[in-house]
Amino acid sequence: MEMSFFEMGGYAAYVWPAFGVGALVMIGLLVLSIRRLRLREAALKRLEAVGGGRRGHSGAVDEQKQEEVAP
Amino acid sequence: MATRKMKFSIGIHFFANPARFLRFARGIYPWVAAIAVTCIFAGLVLGLAVVPADYRQGDAYRIIFIHVPSSWMALMVYVIIAVASAAGFIWRHPLADLIAKSSAPIGACFTFLSLVTGSLWGAPMWGTWWVWDARVTSMLVLFFLYLGYIALNSAYDDPTKGARASAILALVGIVNIPIVKFSVDWWNTLHQPATLSKFDRPSMDSSMIAPLLLMVAGFIAFYLVVLIIRLRSEIAARRIRNLRIAQVGN
Repeated sequence: MEMSFFEMGGYAAYVWPAFGVGALVMIGLLVLSIRRLRLREAALKRLEAVGGGRRGHSGAVDEQKQEEVAP
Repeated sequence: MATRKMKFSIGIHFFANPARFLRFARGIYPWVAAIAVTCIFAGLVLGLAVVPADYRQGDAYRIIFIHVPSSWMALMVYVIIAVASAAGFIWRHPLADLIAKSSAPIGACFTFLSLVTGSLWGAPMWGTWWVWDARVTSMLVLFFLYLGYIALNSAYDDPTKGARASAILALVGIVNIPIVKFSVDWWNTLHQPATLSKFDRPSMDSSMIAPLLLMVAGFIAFYLVVLIIRLRSEIAARRIRNLRIAQVGN
């Protein structure tokens, strides 16, 4: 019963979607996670720049002040 | 009062300076990423192209190489969340809460994959897309536990409250794990018994074990990759929150 690799012995309709949804979900999770990280790191940079500029302190002193204020 | 200050300061210090943890995460990240890619690639090549077809199931059995690793990860990640939740209760270290929170979506994805790939395997083999058998049903319950965990975690403004609430759900739901595991032994079920067991010789041909273990190793590494990304993301989110509160206060 010689069938091509892609025909998966007649079960192609089940095997390929199984691996396909696997790739979709795992790559999708990875991509979404990276995107969210990038967005948050960009927002953090902006906030840290604003905070430092407003008070005119160095980064180290800022951190300490925020430690006291933050709940 | 002294302990309260101590717990409070662990949290503050960790989020103000998670540098040590982030340095460690950055260090291992390229390694786990490389392991994930190579193991999954090798597992797929072996599982799809190299190992022979099954005597009874033909090529359809190859779904095992994504179904079983997904199922194991679904269970493994839940146990990690339960352990991290307990650690969060006991030691109050923010990293425990973050690990639990970051792991939940990953575990939910694996559970989803387990259900879908299992369904795709069951359709040609069992003649049905779904069956309310013990193992399949308890995996569906696991999926709902994950969704409930994620929902509870985000339900509160205070992230610590969310962490505590979802931790309770995780710990209560841990009873589902042995149910999933032993369901095929305890009940007369459609789902086949364990393929790889500590106590018995494997019920599959030895050539098929290699791709299976490679996929499991690759999935574990993949979990670590996404975990690190999501942990960094959660740390950034907490710092953003603290900065915003600080700036409003001034």
